[in-house]
Amino acid sequence: MSKVRVLVGTRKGAFVLTADGKRDKWEVSGPRFAGWEIYHLKGSPADPNRIYCSQSSGWFGQIIQRSNDGGKTWEPPGGPLEKTPDGSPKGQSNKFVYDTSPETGKPLTTHQWYDGTQRPWEFKRVWHLEPSHSDPDTVYAGAEDAALFKSKDGGASWHELSGLRGHGTGPQWQPGAGGMCLHTIILDPRNDRIYVAISAAGAFRSDDAGKTWKPINRGLRSQYIPDPNAEIGHCVHHVAMSPERPGVLFMQKHWDVLRSDDAGDNWKEISGNLPTDFGFVVDVHAHEPDTIYVVPIKSDSEHFVPEGKLRVYRSRTGGNEWEALTKGLPQENCYVNVLRDAMAVDSLDECGIYFGTSGGQVYCSPDAGDSWKPIVRDLPAVLSVEVQTLP
Amino acid sequence: MIRVQLPTHLRRLAHVDGEVTLEIQGPVTIDSILDALEARHPVLCGTIRDHTTRQRRAFLRFFACQEDLSHDPTDKPVPAAIESGAEPLLVIGAIAGG
Repeated sequence: MSKVRVLVGTRKGAFVLTADGKRDKWEVSGPRFAGWEIYHLKGSPADPNRIYCSQSSGWFGQIIQRSNDGGKTWEPPGGPLEKTPDGSPKGQSNKFVYDTSPETGKPLTTHQWYDGTQRPWEFKRVWHLEPSHSDPDTVYAGAEDAALFKSKDGGASWHELSGLRGHGTGPQWQPGAGGMCLHTIILDPRNDRIYVAISAAGAFRSDDAGKTWKPINRGLRSQYIPDPNAEIGHCVHHVAMSPERPGVLFMQKHWDVLRSDDAGDNWKEISGNLPTDFGFVVDVHAHEPDTIYVVPIKSDSEHFVPEGKLRVYRSRTGGNEWEALTKGLPQENCYVNVLRDAMAVDSLDECGIYFGTSGGQVYCSPDAGDSWKPIVRDLPAVLSVEVQTLP
Repeated sequence: MIRVQLPTHLRRLAHVDGEVTLEIQGPVTIDSILDALEARHPVLCGTIRDHTTRQRRAFLRFFACQEDLSHDPTDKPVPAAIESGAEPLLVIGAIAGG
Protein backbone atom coordinates (compact mmCIF):
# COMPACT_ATOMS: atom_id res chain seq x y z
CA MET A 1 0.00 0.00 0.00
CA SER A 2 1.19 3.52 -0.70
CA LYS A 3 2.42 5.71 2.13
CA VAL A 4 2.70 9.40 2.75
CA ARG A 5 5.47 11.25 4.56
CA VAL A 6 4.70 14.78 5.70
CA LEU A 7 7.67 17.04 6.34
CA VAL A 8 6.92 19.83 8.78
CA GLY A 9 9.16 22.81 9.47
CA THR A 10 8.45 24.76 12.65
CA ARG A 11 9.88 27.64 14.66
CA LYS A 12 11.60 25.14 16.95
CA GLY A 13 12.52 22.11 14.89
CA ALA A 14 11.51 19.66 12.17
CA PHE A 15 8.97 16.88 12.39
CA VAL A 16 8.24 13.93 10.11
CA LEU A 17 4.70 12.52 10.08
CA THR A 18 4.04 9.20 8.34
CA ALA A 19 0.93 7.17 7.55
CA ASP A 20 -0.28 4.58 5.12
CA GLY A 21 -2.53 5.46 2.21
CA LYS A 22 -5.61 5.67 4.41
CA ARG A 23 -3.99 8.65 6.13
CA ASP A 24 -5.79 7.83 9.33
CA LYS A 25 -3.16 6.64 11.81
CA TRP A 26 0.02 8.68 12.04
CA GLU A 27 3.47 8.24 13.45
CA VAL A 28 5.16 11.43 14.56
CA SER A 29 8.92 11.78 14.85
CA GLY A 30 10.82 14.81 16.00
CA PRO A 31 11.79 17.37 16.85
CA ARG A 32 14.92 17.26 14.74
CA PHE A 33 17.28 20.22 15.12
CA ALA A 34 15.39 21.23 18.25
CA GLY A 35 15.46 24.91 19.01
CA TRP A 36 16.36 25.98 15.45
CA GLU A 37 13.98 27.53 12.97
CA ILE A 38 13.19 25.12 10.16
CA TYR A 39 11.88 27.23 7.32
CA HIS A 40 11.53 24.36 4.86
CA LEU A 41 12.15 20.69 4.16
CA LYS A 42 11.56 19.03 0.82
CA GLY A 43 12.20 15.61 -0.66
CA SER A 44 13.72 14.92 -4.05
CA PRO A 45 11.22 13.71 -6.67
CA ALA A 46 14.07 11.68 -8.17
CA ASP A 47 14.97 9.95 -4.90
CA PRO A 48 12.37 10.26 -2.15
CA ASN A 49 14.87 9.22 0.50
CA ARG A 50 16.91 12.34 -0.26
CA ILE A 51 15.47 15.21 1.77
CA TYR A 52 16.89 18.70 2.13
CA CYS A 53 16.28 20.87 5.16
CA SER A 54 16.89 24.56 5.84
CA GLN A 55 17.92 25.02 9.47
CA SER A 56 18.57 28.57 10.57
CA SER A 57 18.87 30.90 13.51
CA GLY A 58 19.16 34.63 13.85
CA TRP A 59 22.05 33.96 16.22
CA PHE A 60 23.97 31.23 14.45
CA GLY A 61 23.11 31.61 10.77
CA GLN A 62 22.24 29.09 8.11
CA ILE A 63 22.77 25.34 8.01
CA ILE A 64 21.65 23.03 5.24
CA GLN A 65 20.94 19.50 6.42
CA ARG A 66 20.53 16.50 4.15
CA SER A 67 19.05 13.06 4.72
CA ASN A 68 19.63 10.03 2.51
CA ASP A 69 17.26 7.72 4.38
CA GLY A 70 13.94 9.49 4.35
CA GLY A 71 14.59 11.68 7.36
CA LYS A 72 15.87 9.09 9.83
CA THR A 73 19.40 10.51 9.92
CA TRP A 74 20.82 13.85 8.81
CA GLU A 75 24.16 15.43 8.04
CA PRO A 76 25.29 18.84 6.82
CA PRO A 77 26.43 17.97 3.29
CA GLY A 78 29.46 20.26 2.98
CA GLY A 79 32.02 17.55 2.47
CA PRO A 80 32.10 13.78 2.62
CA LEU A 81 29.49 12.39 4.95
CA GLU A 82 31.98 11.20 7.51
CA LYS A 83 32.28 12.18 11.08
CA THR A 84 35.44 13.67 12.51
CA PRO A 85 37.38 11.37 14.88
CA ASP A 86 35.54 12.75 17.88
CA GLY A 87 32.13 12.25 16.30
CA SER A 88 31.41 15.78 15.16
CA PRO A 89 29.85 16.19 11.69
CA LYS A 90 32.57 16.94 9.18
CA GLY A 91 30.42 18.88 6.75
CA GLN A 92 30.62 22.63 6.98
CA SER A 93 27.51 24.68 7.30
CA ASN A 94 26.83 26.06 3.90
CA LYS A 95 28.17 29.16 2.31
CA PHE A 96 25.64 31.35 0.54
CA VAL A 97 27.74 34.11 -0.92
CA TYR A 98 26.26 36.65 -3.30
CA ASP A 99 27.91 36.93 -6.67
CA THR A 100 30.25 39.91 -6.66
CA SER A 101 32.36 38.81 -9.60
CA PRO A 102 33.28 41.47 -12.17
CA GLU A 103 31.64 39.45 -14.94
CA THR A 104 28.19 38.86 -13.51
CA GLY A 105 28.02 40.38 -10.06
CA LYS A 106 29.11 43.91 -10.75
CA PRO A 107 25.67 45.43 -11.34
CA LEU A 108 24.26 43.80 -8.22
CA THR A 109 24.50 46.57 -5.72
CA THR A 110 21.61 47.57 -3.51
CA HIS A 111 17.88 47.08 -2.98
CA GLN A 112 15.27 49.33 -1.49
CA TRP A 113 14.82 49.39 2.27
CA TYR A 114 11.53 49.97 4.12
CA ASP A 115 12.12 53.70 4.22
CA GLY A 116 12.89 53.96 0.53
CA THR A 117 16.65 54.25 0.91
CA GLN A 118 19.04 51.84 -0.77
CA ARG A 119 20.76 49.09 1.22
CA PRO A 120 23.28 46.39 0.24
CA TRP A 121 22.20 42.78 -0.06
CA GLU A 122 22.88 40.76 3.09
CA PHE A 123 22.32 37.01 3.36
CA LYS A 124 20.01 36.03 6.21
CA ARG A 125 18.48 32.60 5.60
CA VAL A 126 17.08 30.10 3.13
CA TRP A 127 13.30 30.17 2.93
CA HIS A 128 12.67 27.46 0.37
CA LEU A 129 14.50 24.45 -1.08
CA GLU A 130 13.39 23.01 -4.40
CA PRO A 131 15.03 19.75 -5.49
CA SER A 132 15.32 18.97 -9.20
CA HIS A 133 12.78 16.68 -10.81
CA SER A 134 15.48 14.47 -12.27
CA ASP A 135 18.70 14.70 -10.25
CA PRO A 136 18.76 14.16 -6.47
CA ASP A 137 22.00 16.16 -6.18
CA THR A 138 20.60 19.26 -7.87
CA VAL A 139 18.64 21.59 -5.63
CA TYR A 140 17.70 25.27 -5.66
CA ALA A 141 17.52 27.56 -2.64
CA GLY A 142 15.50 30.74 -2.27
CA ALA A 143 17.21 33.18 0.06
CA GLU A 144 16.58 36.29 2.11
CA ASP A 145 17.79 38.85 1.00
CA ALA A 146 16.18 37.74 -2.20
CA ALA A 147 18.37 35.64 -4.44
CA LEU A 148 18.32 32.22 -6.06
CA PHE A 149 21.11 29.75 -5.39
CA LYS A 150 21.77 26.37 -6.99
CA SER A 151 23.73 23.34 -5.83
CA LYS A 152 24.71 20.53 -8.16
CA ASP A 153 26.52 18.49 -5.50
CA GLY A 154 23.76 17.65 -3.09
CA GLY A 155 23.95 20.89 -1.12
CA ALA A 156 27.69 20.79 -0.46
CA SER A 157 28.33 24.01 -2.37
CA TRP A 158 26.09 26.72 -3.72
CA HIS A 159 26.39 29.37 -6.39
CA GLU A 160 24.05 32.22 -7.10
CA LEU A 161 22.04 32.39 -10.31
CA SER A 162 22.84 36.08 -10.41
CA GLY A 163 20.92 36.86 -13.58
CA LEU A 164 17.84 37.19 -11.38
CA ARG A 165 19.18 40.00 -9.20
CA GLY A 166 21.08 41.41 -12.12
CA HIS A 167 18.36 41.70 -14.72
CA GLY A 168 17.81 45.35 -13.86
CA THR A 169 14.99 45.83 -11.37
CA GLY A 170 16.90 44.76 -8.23
CA PRO A 171 17.24 48.30 -6.81
CA GLN A 172 13.41 48.52 -6.77
CA TRP A 173 12.91 45.36 -4.73
CA GLN A 174 11.95 45.92 -1.13
CA PRO A 175 11.27 43.73 1.91
CA GLY A 176 7.79 42.67 2.91
CA ALA A 177 6.84 42.34 6.55
CA GLY A 178 8.69 39.02 6.75
CA GLY A 179 11.81 40.28 5.03
CA MET A 180 12.91 40.43 1.41
CA CYS A 181 12.62 36.76 0.69
CA LEU A 182 12.61 34.55 -2.35
CA HIS A 183 10.03 32.08 -1.09
CA THR A 184 8.63 30.30 -4.14
CA ILE A 185 10.54 28.21 -6.68
CA ILE A 186 8.67 26.22 -9.33
CA LEU A 187 10.53 24.02 -11.80
CA ASP A 188 8.70 23.22 -15.02
CA PRO A 189 8.94 19.42 -15.39
CA ARG A 190 9.03 19.65 -19.20
CA ASN A 191 11.87 22.06 -19.83
CA ASP A 192 14.36 24.57 -18.40
CA ARG A 193 11.72 27.04 -17.26
CA ILE A 194 11.88 28.27 -13.66
CA TYR A 195 9.45 30.52 -11.82
CA VAL A 196 10.27 32.34 -8.60
CA ALA A 197 8.40 34.79 -6.41
CA ILE A 198 9.78 37.44 -4.09
CA SER A 199 8.23 39.57 -1.36
CA ALA A 200 7.99 42.39 -2.20
CA ALA A 201 9.22 42.43 -5.76
CA GLY A 202 6.89 40.09 -7.65
CA ALA A 203 7.10 36.99 -9.79
CA PHE A 204 9.86 36.28 -12.28
CA ARG A 205 10.45 33.67 -14.97
CA SER A 206 13.51 32.21 -16.61
CA ASP A 207 13.22 30.18 -19.80
CA ASP A 208 16.88 29.20 -19.87
CA ALA A 209 17.47 27.36 -16.60
CA GLY A 210 18.05 30.50 -14.56
CA LYS A 211 20.51 32.38 -16.72
CA THR A 212 18.22 35.24 -17.72
CA TRP A 213 15.02 36.45 -16.12
CA LYS A 214 12.05 38.67 -16.71
CA PRO A 215 9.35 40.00 -14.38
CA ILE A 216 5.90 38.43 -14.94
CA ASN A 217 3.55 40.74 -13.07
CA ARG A 218 1.26 42.18 -15.73
CA GLY A 219 -2.26 42.39 -14.32
CA LEU A 220 -1.25 42.61 -10.68
CA ARG A 221 -2.69 45.59 -8.80
CA SER A 222 -1.34 46.65 -5.42
CA GLN A 223 -2.89 49.53 -3.49
CA TYR A 224 0.35 50.76 -2.03
CA ILE A 225 2.09 51.16 -5.39
CA PRO A 226 1.20 54.49 -6.99
CA ASP A 227 1.71 53.25 -10.56
CA PRO A 228 -1.22 50.92 -11.39
CA ASN A 229 0.88 49.25 -14.07
CA ALA A 230 3.99 48.81 -11.96
CA GLU A 231 6.06 45.89 -13.07
CA ILE A 232 7.92 45.55 -9.77
CA GLY A 233 7.10 45.95 -6.08
CA HIS A 234 4.18 43.53 -5.70
CA CYS A 235 4.07 41.47 -2.54
CA VAL A 236 3.47 38.03 -4.00
CA HIS A 237 2.87 35.59 -1.17
CA HIS A 238 2.88 32.29 -3.03
CA VAL A 239 2.48 30.76 -6.48
CA ALA A 240 1.37 27.22 -7.32
CA MET A 241 1.32 25.18 -10.49
CA SER A 242 0.02 21.71 -11.25
CA PRO A 243 2.77 19.58 -12.78
CA GLU A 244 0.00 18.07 -14.91
CA ARG A 245 -0.66 21.45 -16.53
CA PRO A 246 2.53 23.50 -16.59
CA GLY A 247 2.10 27.09 -17.57
CA VAL A 248 -1.13 27.63 -15.66
CA LEU A 249 -0.25 29.43 -12.43
CA PHE A 250 -2.23 30.41 -9.38
CA MET A 251 -1.08 33.22 -7.11
CA GLN A 252 -1.96 34.36 -3.62
CA LYS A 253 -0.82 37.96 -3.52
CA HIS A 254 -0.78 40.11 -0.37
CA TRP A 255 -4.36 40.95 -1.33
CA ASP A 256 -5.98 39.18 -4.33
CA VAL A 257 -5.94 35.65 -5.66
CA LEU A 258 -4.93 35.53 -9.31
CA ARG A 259 -4.50 33.16 -12.22
CA SER A 260 -2.32 33.11 -15.31
CA ASP A 261 -2.94 30.85 -18.30
CA ASP A 262 0.17 31.94 -20.19
CA ALA A 263 3.07 31.14 -17.87
CA GLY A 264 2.75 34.39 -15.99
CA ASP A 265 2.72 36.80 -18.92
CA ASN A 266 -0.75 38.01 -17.89
CA TRP A 267 -2.70 37.65 -14.66
CA LYS A 268 -6.39 38.05 -13.85
CA GLU A 269 -8.02 38.20 -10.46
CA ILE A 270 -10.09 35.19 -9.39
CA SER A 271 -10.92 36.19 -5.80
CA GLY A 272 -14.64 35.91 -6.57
CA ASN A 273 -16.74 35.21 -3.48
CA LEU A 274 -13.89 34.70 -0.99
CA PRO A 275 -14.67 36.33 2.38
CA THR A 276 -11.30 38.10 2.16
CA ASP A 277 -8.67 37.72 -0.50
CA PHE A 278 -5.70 38.34 1.78
CA GLY A 279 -3.78 35.18 2.56
CA PHE A 280 -0.55 33.29 2.15
CA VAL A 281 -1.09 29.77 0.77
CA VAL A 282 -2.44 28.56 -2.53
CA ASP A 283 -2.20 25.03 -3.89
CA VAL A 284 -3.57 22.88 -6.70
CA HIS A 285 -5.23 19.45 -6.54
CA ALA A 286 -2.85 16.75 -7.78
CA HIS A 287 -5.17 15.41 -10.46
CA GLU A 288 -7.68 18.19 -11.12
CA PRO A 289 -5.71 21.21 -12.33
CA ASP A 290 -8.69 23.54 -11.96
CA THR A 291 -9.29 22.59 -8.34
CA ILE A 292 -7.43 25.02 -6.10
CA TYR A 293 -7.22 25.79 -2.41
CA VAL A 294 -6.59 28.92 -0.34
CA VAL A 295 -6.97 29.86 3.32
CA PRO A 296 -8.29 33.42 3.57
CA ILE A 297 -6.76 35.52 6.33
CA LYS A 298 -8.56 38.53 7.77
CA SER A 299 -6.19 41.29 6.72
CA ASP A 300 -2.59 42.40 6.49
CA SER A 301 -2.82 43.90 9.96
CA GLU A 302 -4.71 40.98 11.51
CA HIS A 303 -2.92 37.81 10.50
CA PHE A 304 -5.56 35.29 11.56
CA VAL A 305 -8.55 33.63 9.99
CA PRO A 306 -11.73 35.75 9.84
CA GLU A 307 -14.60 35.34 12.32
CA GLY A 308 -12.61 32.91 14.47
CA LYS A 309 -13.30 30.15 11.90
CA LEU A 310 -10.61 28.09 10.23
CA ARG A 311 -11.86 27.57 6.68
CA VAL A 312 -10.10 26.28 3.62
CA TYR A 313 -11.71 27.54 0.45
CA ARG A 314 -11.81 25.35 -2.62
CA SER A 315 -12.62 26.30 -6.18
CA ARG A 316 -13.34 23.53 -8.67
CA THR A 317 -13.60 26.01 -11.52
CA GLY A 318 -10.12 27.45 -11.48
CA GLY A 319 -11.18 30.41 -9.36
CA ASN A 320 -13.96 32.96 -8.81
CA GLU A 321 -16.42 30.40 -7.39
CA TRP A 322 -15.31 29.24 -3.97
CA GLU A 323 -16.78 26.93 -1.33
CA ALA A 324 -15.84 26.89 2.33
CA LEU A 325 -14.47 23.60 3.63
CA THR A 326 -15.12 23.37 7.35
CA LYS A 327 -15.82 19.77 8.34
CA GLY A 328 -13.39 18.88 11.11
CA LEU A 329 -11.87 22.36 11.37
CA PRO A 330 -12.49 24.65 14.38
CA GLN A 331 -15.36 27.04 13.71
CA GLU A 332 -15.16 29.21 16.78
CA ASN A 333 -12.47 31.00 18.77
CA CYS A 334 -9.75 30.14 16.26
CA TYR A 335 -7.17 32.81 15.48
CA VAL A 336 -4.35 31.06 13.67
CA ASN A 337 -2.48 31.91 10.50
CA VAL A 338 -1.35 29.58 7.72
CA LEU A 339 1.97 30.67 6.24
CA ARG A 340 2.92 30.63 2.58
CA ASP A 341 4.76 27.30 2.42
CA ALA A 342 2.49 25.53 4.88
CA MET A 343 0.11 23.75 2.47
CA ALA A 344 0.80 20.70 0.33
CA VAL A 345 -1.01 18.01 -1.64
CA ASP A 346 -0.20 14.33 -2.05
CA SER A 347 -0.66 12.42 -5.29
CA LEU A 348 -2.67 9.43 -4.11
CA ASP A 349 -5.75 8.63 -6.19
CA GLU A 350 -7.89 10.42 -3.62
CA CYS A 351 -5.83 13.56 -3.34
CA GLY A 352 -4.85 14.46 0.21
CA ILE A 353 -4.53 18.09 1.30
CA TYR A 354 -2.35 19.17 4.23
CA PHE A 355 -1.72 22.42 6.01
CA GLY A 356 -0.08 23.64 9.19
CA THR A 357 -0.94 26.60 11.38
CA SER A 358 0.77 29.17 13.51
CA GLY A 359 -0.89 27.40 16.45
CA GLY A 360 1.05 24.21 15.81
CA GLN A 361 -1.71 22.10 14.26
CA VAL A 362 -1.16 20.08 11.10
CA TYR A 363 -4.39 19.05 9.41
CA CYS A 364 -4.95 16.38 6.78
CA SER A 365 -7.87 15.91 4.47
CA PRO A 366 -7.74 12.49 2.79
CA ASP A 367 -10.72 13.36 0.58
CA ALA A 368 -9.59 16.48 -1.29
CA GLY A 369 -10.82 18.87 1.36
CA ASP A 370 -14.27 17.48 2.14
CA SER A 371 -13.27 16.59 5.70
CA TRP A 372 -10.29 17.30 7.93
CA LYS A 373 -8.55 15.83 10.94
CA PRO A 374 -5.59 17.11 12.88
CA ILE A 375 -2.52 14.90 12.60
CA VAL A 376 -0.93 16.79 15.49
CA ARG A 377 -2.29 19.68 17.53
CA ASP A 378 0.53 21.11 19.57
CA LEU A 379 3.71 21.53 17.57
CA PRO A 380 5.62 24.80 17.60
CA ALA A 381 4.31 27.34 15.08
CA VAL A 382 4.37 25.70 11.66
CA LEU A 383 6.42 27.38 8.94
CA SER A 384 6.17 24.82 6.15
CA VAL A 385 4.47 21.60 5.17
CA GLU A 386 5.50 19.30 2.33
CA VAL A 387 4.29 15.80 1.56
CA GLN A 388 5.87 12.88 -0.21
CA THR A 389 3.77 10.12 -1.75
CA LEU A 390 5.69 6.86 -1.43
CA PRO A 391 5.13 3.45 -3.00
CA MET B 1 44.99 23.51 26.68
CA ILE B 2 42.30 26.03 25.75
CA ARG B 3 38.76 25.52 27.00
CA VAL B 4 35.74 26.81 25.06
CA GLN B 5 32.14 26.78 26.20
CA LEU B 6 29.59 26.86 23.38
CA PRO B 7 25.89 27.67 23.55
CA THR B 8 23.51 24.70 23.54
CA HIS B 9 22.50 25.06 19.87
CA LEU B 10 26.10 24.88 18.71
CA ARG B 11 26.99 22.00 21.03
CA ARG B 12 24.13 20.02 19.55
CA LEU B 13 25.12 20.97 16.02
CA ALA B 14 28.70 19.83 16.62
CA HIS B 15 27.65 16.78 18.66
CA VAL B 16 29.72 17.79 21.67
CA ASP B 17 28.97 17.55 25.35
CA GLY B 18 30.40 20.03 27.79
CA GLU B 19 33.43 22.11 26.99
CA VAL B 20 35.57 21.83 23.88
CA THR B 21 39.29 21.62 24.57
CA LEU B 22 41.83 22.75 22.01
CA GLU B 23 45.59 22.72 21.65
CA ILE B 24 46.93 25.86 19.98
CA GLN B 25 50.43 26.48 18.72
CA GLY B 26 51.57 30.09 18.73
CA PRO B 27 49.77 33.15 20.04
CA VAL B 28 46.40 32.47 21.64
CA THR B 29 43.91 34.98 20.31
CA ILE B 30 40.20 34.93 19.53
CA ASP B 31 41.17 34.31 15.90
CA SER B 32 43.44 31.38 16.66
CA ILE B 33 40.92 29.84 19.06
CA LEU B 34 38.14 30.06 16.47
CA ASP B 35 40.46 28.74 13.76
CA ALA B 36 41.23 25.71 15.90
CA LEU B 37 37.59 25.28 16.88
CA GLU B 38 36.44 25.33 13.23
CA ALA B 39 39.23 22.95 12.22
CA ARG B 40 38.09 20.50 14.88
CA HIS B 41 34.38 21.03 14.15
CA PRO B 42 33.94 22.18 10.54
CA VAL B 43 30.18 22.27 10.96
CA LEU B 44 30.67 25.38 13.11
CA CYS B 45 32.12 27.37 10.22
CA GLY B 46 29.84 30.33 9.61
CA THR B 47 27.92 29.96 12.87
CA ILE B 48 30.15 32.08 15.11
CA ARG B 49 31.78 34.34 12.54
CA ASP B 50 30.60 35.19 9.08
CA HIS B 51 31.85 32.97 6.25
CA THR B 52 32.98 35.89 4.15
CA THR B 53 33.91 38.75 6.46
CA ARG B 54 35.21 36.52 9.27
CA GLN B 55 33.59 38.98 11.67
CA ARG B 56 31.75 37.85 14.80
CA ARG B 57 28.06 37.31 14.10
CA ALA B 58 26.03 40.19 15.44
CA PHE B 59 24.12 38.28 18.12
CA LEU B 60 27.08 36.41 19.60
CA ARG B 61 29.40 37.62 22.33
CA PHE B 62 32.74 36.46 23.74
CA PHE B 63 33.31 36.54 27.49
CA ALA B 64 36.12 35.33 29.73
CA CYS B 65 37.37 36.05 33.25
CA GLN B 66 34.32 38.27 33.90
CA GLU B 67 35.32 40.43 30.93
CA ASP B 68 33.53 41.14 27.67
CA LEU B 69 36.02 40.42 24.89
CA SER B 70 33.47 40.84 22.11
CA HIS B 71 34.84 44.14 20.89
CA ASP B 72 38.53 43.49 21.44
CA PRO B 73 40.71 43.08 18.35
CA THR B 74 40.48 39.41 17.43
CA ASP B 75 44.25 39.16 16.96
CA LYS B 76 44.92 40.44 20.51
CA PRO B 77 46.27 37.85 22.98
CA VAL B 78 43.52 36.62 25.30
CA PRO B 79 43.87 36.84 29.11
CA ALA B 80 46.50 34.54 30.59
CA ALA B 81 43.87 32.52 32.46
CA ILE B 82 42.41 31.37 29.13
CA GLU B 83 45.81 30.53 27.74
CA SER B 84 46.61 28.43 30.81
CA GLY B 85 43.24 26.70 30.76
CA ALA B 86 42.26 28.07 34.16
CA GLU B 87 39.26 29.85 32.64
CA PRO B 88 37.17 28.97 29.55
CA LEU B 89 36.32 31.26 26.68
CA LEU B 90 32.55 31.64 26.70
CA VAL B 91 30.71 31.97 23.39
CA ILE B 92 27.30 33.30 24.32
CA GLY B 93 24.18 34.07 22.36
CA ALA B 94 23.15 37.65 23.04
CA ILE B 95 19.82 37.78 24.83
CA ALA B 96 17.26 40.52 24.52
CA GLY B 97 14.08 40.38 26.51
CA GLY B 98 12.64 37.46 28.43
